[in-house]
Amino acid sequence: MSADILELNQATIRFGGLTAVSELSLRIGSNELIGLIGPNGAGKTTAFNLITGVYQPTDGEIKFAGKPTAGTKPHDLTKVGIARTFQNIRLFGSLSVFDNVRVATQLHRSQGILDALWRGKGFRSAEKEVERQVLELLDIFDLGKLRDEEAKSLPYGDQRRLEIVRALATKPKLLLLDEPAAGMNPTEKEELMHLIKFIRDKFNIAIMLVEHDMKVVMGICQRIYVLEYGIKIAEGTPDDIQSNPKVIAAYLGTE
Amino acid sequence: MKSADGAKRWLLVGIALAVVASYFTPQFNRYYLGIAIDCGINIILAVSLNLINGHTGQFSLGHAGFMAVGGYTAAKFSLVFEAMVPDSLKPLLFVAALTLGGLIAALAGLGVGVPSLRLKGDYLAIVTLGFGEIIRVVVQNMESVGAASGLKNIPKWTTLGWTFALAAITIYAVASLVNSTYGRGFIAVSDDEVAASSMGINPVRYKVTAFVTGAFFAGIAGGLYAHHKQFLSPTGFDFLKSIDIVVMVILGGMGRTAGVVIAAIILTLLPEFLRQFADYRMIIYSLLIIGLMMARPQGLFTLSFKKKGAASV
Ligand SMILES: Nc1ncnc2c1ncn2[C@@H]1O[C@H](COP(=O)(O)OP(=O)(O)OP(=O)(O)O)[C@@H](O)[C@H]1O
Ligand SMILES: [Mg+2]
Repeated sequence: MSADILELNQATIRFGGLTAVSELSLRIGSNELIGLIGPNGAGKTTAFNLITGVYQPTDGEIKFAGKPTAGTKPHDLTKVGIARTFQNIRLFGSLSVFDNVRVATQLHRSQGILDALWRGKGFRSAEKEVERQVLELLDIFDLGKLRDEEAKSLPYGDQRRLEIVRALATKPKLLLLDEPAAGMNPTEKEELMHLIKFIRDKFNIAIMLVEHDMKVVMGICQRIYVLEYGIKIAEGTPDDIQSNPKVIAAYLGTE
Repeated sequence: MKSADGAKRWLLVGIALAVVASYFTPQFNRYYLGIAIDCGINIILAVSLNLINGHTGQFSLGHAGFMAVGGYTAAKFSLVFEAMVPDSLKPLLFVAALTLGGLIAALAGLGVGVPSLRLKGDYLAIVTLGFGEIIRVVVQNMESVGAASGLKNIPKWTTLGWTFALAAITIYAVASLVNSTYGRGFIAVSDDEVAASSMGINPVRYKVTAFVTGAFFAGIAGGLYAHHKQFLSPTGFDFLKSIDIVVMVILGGMGRTAGVVIAAIILTLLPEFLRQFADYRMIIYSLLIIGLMMARPQGLFTLSFKKKGAASV
C-alpha cells in the first residue's frame, strides 16, 4: 500500500442551509478496501457525488492520484480512473447487457465519429478487440449467457452485478460502490462479499464501499469511516468501529 | 453478426439501385416521379432527425429551419455559378452546392446546439422552435434570395437517382454511427445522462454531435428540395414542416431506422391521396399521435428491429 489514491481534506458541501457533508477528511491507499457507513441521510452518497465530480465541494479539497479534482467534470474523472455504481441502479435500460459494458470501454479508444462512418480496417479490428474484452469481462462475472438480454429485464441481483462490471470496464483505479448489497438475499450477499474482494485482488484497485449491511461491511473492509449528519464521527478497523460507543449510539444502536 | 463490410455492401446496393432507377426515370409519369423524389427527401429528413430525437433523446423542432438554411445556400450557390460552368461539370457543381448547403446547415446547428444543449431540460425544443422562425423571418427580408416572393429559376438538377443515393447514404451514416461502440454512446446518453457521464461519456459533446450531424443531412435534403421544386419560398419552411418530420419520427418509433423510413414514405403518400382533406391535416396528425401513444407507444413499425448485442449492420 504505497501512495494514497484518494484524499479528502476538510471537504464540505452545503445545499442551502443544510450541510450534507461537513469537513470530511479521509484517504484511501491504492489497493485498500474501505467502508463508509452511517445512518440514512448521513451524507454517504453525497460524498460519492463529491468524489466523482457530480457536485463541487463548497469548501475543502479533494485529490485523486495526488492531483486536485476541483472543476473536473464527472466524465473526465472517469477517464483518470474513478468509477462508481449507483444506489438506485442506473443501467442503460434499453441497451443489452453486452452493450452496457461495451459503452463503458470506449473512453480508452481513439475512434470517433469519422471512423464509425468509414469503418476502415483499423476501426473494425478495434471493434473486435472491444468485443473480446467485453466478453472476457462478462465471463469473469458469469454474465456471458445473458449478453443479449435487455439490461432492464434482468433480475435485481444480476443488475447490481452488471453495474459493477460496467464500472470495471472503464478500467478504474478507484471503484465506488453505493449499497451494492441492497435488495440481495443472504446467499447473494455472501457471493457479493467474495466478488468485491476478488475484484480488489484481481484488478489491483482501491474500493470504497457504502453499505448498510454490517455483516458485509465488517466482513471485508480493512478500515471504516462513520458519518452522521455529514460529520465524521469515527474511523478505524472493523473491531474499533464495532466497539466505539459513539458509533453504537449513532448507528448500530438503532439497527 | 454481419461484418462492417456488409454495411458498406448494402450502401453500394442502395446506390446502384438509385443509379438504375435514374436510368429509367424518363419513362416515369412526371407526377409519380415527383412524389418518389419527395419520399426520398423526407426519408433523409426523418432519418436524420431520428438521430437527434430518437437515438439521442433530444427534442428538436428546428429541422425545417436547417432544411431552409441548406436549401437556400445550395440554390444561391447554383444560381451564381451555373452560367460559369460547362454542362459536363454541372453534376459536380450540384454536389458542391449540396455539400455547401449541408455544411452551412451544420454550422447553424453548432451555433444553436452548443448553448442550448449545455442546459438540461427542454430548452432545445424552445430554442430550435425560435431558430426556425428566425430563419424564416431573415429569409423573408433578404433581397438577395428573393425575400418574400421567393427564389426562382433554380436549375432542375435533382433526380430520382441523386435523391435515393443520398437517402441511402443518410441511412447508412446514421445506422453505422449508432451501431458502433462510439455510437452506442448516443443511446446511453438518452437512457441515463448521469450514468453515461460516469462511464466517461461527455453527454454535451454527444448531444451536439448528433444535433450537428442531423442538421447537416437536413441541409442536404434542403438542397435536393430546392433543385427539385426549382422554387423556394420562406413559407415552405414554417413550423408545420418541422412538425411533419417530428410526426414521421414518432410514428416510425423513435430510434428505429426502418420504422422511420416506412413512416416517412407513408406520410409523404398519404396527403397525396387525401388532397381534399388537406385543411384537416394537422388535426389528423394530432389524432394519429394521440391514438398511437395509447395503442402502440413503441411506434407503429417496430416489429423485428430489436437492438442486439454485437455490431450488426
Ligand atoms: N442535491 C441535493 N439538494 C439538496 N439536498 C440534498 C441533495 N443531495 C442530498 N441532499 C441531502 O443531503 C443529505 C445527505 O444525503 P445522502 O443521499 O448523501 O445520504 P446517504 O448517507 O446516502 O443516505 P442513504 O443511506 O439514505 O442513502 C440528506 O439530508 C439529503 O436530503
Ligand atoms: Mg445514499
